[in-house]
Amino acid sequence: MDGILLNAQRQGRISFYLTCRGEEAILMGAASALEVGDPVFAQYREQGVLMWRGFTLEQFTNQCFSNILDLGKGRQMPIHYGSRALNYHTVSSPLGTQLPHAVGAAYRLKLAGEHHVAVCFFGDGSTSTPDFHSALNFAATLNAPVIFLCRNNGYAISTPTSDQFAGDGVISRAPGYGMAGIRVDGNDIFAVHAAVREAKQYALSNNAPVLIEAMTYRQGHHSTSDDSSQYRSVDEVLVTTENHDPLNRLEAFLKKYNLLSEEDVEDMQKQERKDVVKAMEQAERRPPVPMRELFTDVYHEMPLHLQRQQAQLEAHVKKYPEKYA
Amino acid sequence: MLSNFSRHSFVRVGKSSALAKSTRSFAAATQVAVREAINAAIDEEMERDESVFILGEEVAQYQGAYKVTKGLYEKYGDKRVIDTPITEMGFTGLAIGAAYKDLRPIVEFMTMNFSMQAMDQVINSAAKQYYMSAGDLACPIVFRGPNGFSAGTAAQHSQCFGAWYSSVPGLKVVSPYSSEDAKGLMKAAIRDPNPVVVLEHELMYGVSFPMSEEAMSKDFVIPIGQAKIEIAGSDVTLISFSKTVGLCLEAAEALKGEGISAEVINLRSLRPLDRKTIIASAKKTGRVVCVEQGWPQCGICSEIAAILMETDAFNYLDAPMERVTGADVPMPYAVDLENASLPQVEDVLAAVRRTTYRKLAA
Repeated sequence: MDGILLNAQRQGRISFYLTCRGEEAILMGAASALEVGDPVFAQYREQGVLMWRGFTLEQFTNQCFSNILDLGKGRQMPIHYGSRALNYHTVSSPLGTQLPHAVGAAYRLKLAGEHHVAVCFFGDGSTSTPDFHSALNFAATLNAPVIFLCRNNGYAISTPTSDQFAGDGVISRAPGYGMAGIRVDGNDIFAVHAAVREAKQYALSNNAPVLIEAMTYRQGHHSTSDDSSQYRSVDEVLVTTENHDPLNRLEAFLKKYNLLSEEDVEDMQKQERKDVVKAMEQAERRPPVPMRELFTDVYHEMPLHLQRQQAQLEAHVKKYPEKYA
Repeated sequence: MLSNFSRHSFVRVGKSSALAKSTRSFAAATQVAVREAINAAIDEEMERDESVFILGEEVAQYQGAYKVTKGLYEKYGDKRVIDTPITEMGFTGLAIGAAYKDLRPIVEFMTMNFSMQAMDQVINSAAKQYYMSAGDLACPIVFRGPNGFSAGTAAQHSQCFGAWYSSVPGLKVVSPYSSEDAKGLMKAAIRDPNPVVVLEHELMYGVSFPMSEEAMSKDFVIPIGQAKIEIAGSDVTLISFSKTVGLCLEAAEALKGEGISAEVINLRSLRPLDRKTIIASAKKTGRVVCVEQGWPQCGICSEIAAILMETDAFNYLDAPMERVTGADVPMPYAVDLENASLPQVEDVLAAVRRTTYRKLAA
């Protein structure tokens, strides 16, 4: 999906995209250890979690193309997915703001006695934000059952982790906040799964937060607005991908135990490619979001002035349909 | 702007005769301070709805930096009255996360000045989210705290946030003047499913107003978006919100002696603004003076000027609208400088005289 939609952006068919290449093990490993009842507060590179939970290719592509079926009603840039049904909080661009949200949600889960944790994803760069500090401190002092999962992928756009922090990565801060934590090989899907499973159990039995630092590598550019060859060598990317790609590792593992054959892999990839292209082409052809949605959801109840403006706009469009076809 | 009023006599409880005279007398009225009215509103709503809780710095054991949350910690305990570490950004974000999950937090900012530390959360995570998430993420949250000038607290503790917050679609903004306003608007804010900013005023906390039996009841809610005509008049309309409503009432009293009948509008809500009441009054009197404590550029008065220009109120004006605002400077500390930076009764009177007679000098 990532590859095809990335190309779609390059072809000018969508305006923006970002991939989670290289981080699939973190996303699927974590998602598979959680339940839908565990609310997810993502940053923006966690489409794998959403996919695991059941977000369809149609839903992904409808959002990216901002068409009439976009769950987000055309309000946001591509990849800013959200799903109430799948308990995945709508992606918000400012970095780190989702961390205190997750603590608030966890607090509510605890008060309600629900046996669920709030799970918060973020990158290495976001650990420098004030929200990171406030959220971790708060979670620890408030005894909130939240899993803070840091995808340490080596880069925050062009800033390598060596410039991002001087301490020992992100996990070193956990004891500082009085919090449990674990560093895990983020490219090993089983390790991530186990870590998240244990973390959830720990968080619930102790009513305490857990910090997980999953070490990985951002194989793609930061986004389609970035060209990472400006700040890192193509060799670095190639070598790291060759040696540490999580999908390759899983494939090798499954093949070793005869759970998967080369044919299976080819078939799956072929089918997936077909499905993605089909969803994308359908999404592209669908009509755009109706203009009346410009005015809805500003408030719970549409205020009079917006009602009037909506009616005016609709009358205007009706009067000049050829201009708005 | 030299005033015969010393700042102290202006702000002390009960000393201003105009204030006492101007308040409506209701049958069976009890004197209630604004602070107590807010406290009662929060208490009643917390009793009524378990999902309502309050958090902020010093709200629990200290009883509130301005004692507005007095007694709530003892009554509801630490699960619903929460003392937070010093991080506006952190506790605002936390509260928003809880609101996304159907709790109804009341976030206290020790002063609205400190809300600037959390402004990204308030605007980007609360105000805009219902729209951005296409209705998935509601945020039934209240942000409250003292707003605007105090006495000798200078630039970083005296800013008025009415203009900034009321410019944001997705937020509702209210600002009470009297105890009745404070109680009714706070209850409305807490019950509202949208994020609401409640701009209180430190110098009004201790001021008592008579409250009717109706206002004392547990279901007394003032609808957001409705202004109140404190005094009806025919010659000029004075519009304001929060503490400066008192200024307008004083001015109205003084103007009686000059044969000018002033209508005083207490906006109560800044977003939505009660355009209907503003326009109707402007049409009635033909002259408008708008008073606010905040800075002049892009202020509430600017928005009211736009309303008068854009609607048929324009056709009824006999004079251009006048504004009386805070000076275009960061608030200084020294008493004389502070007084000179804030609207005083004289300024309102001068503005009225200009609009009613078109005289350049007061």
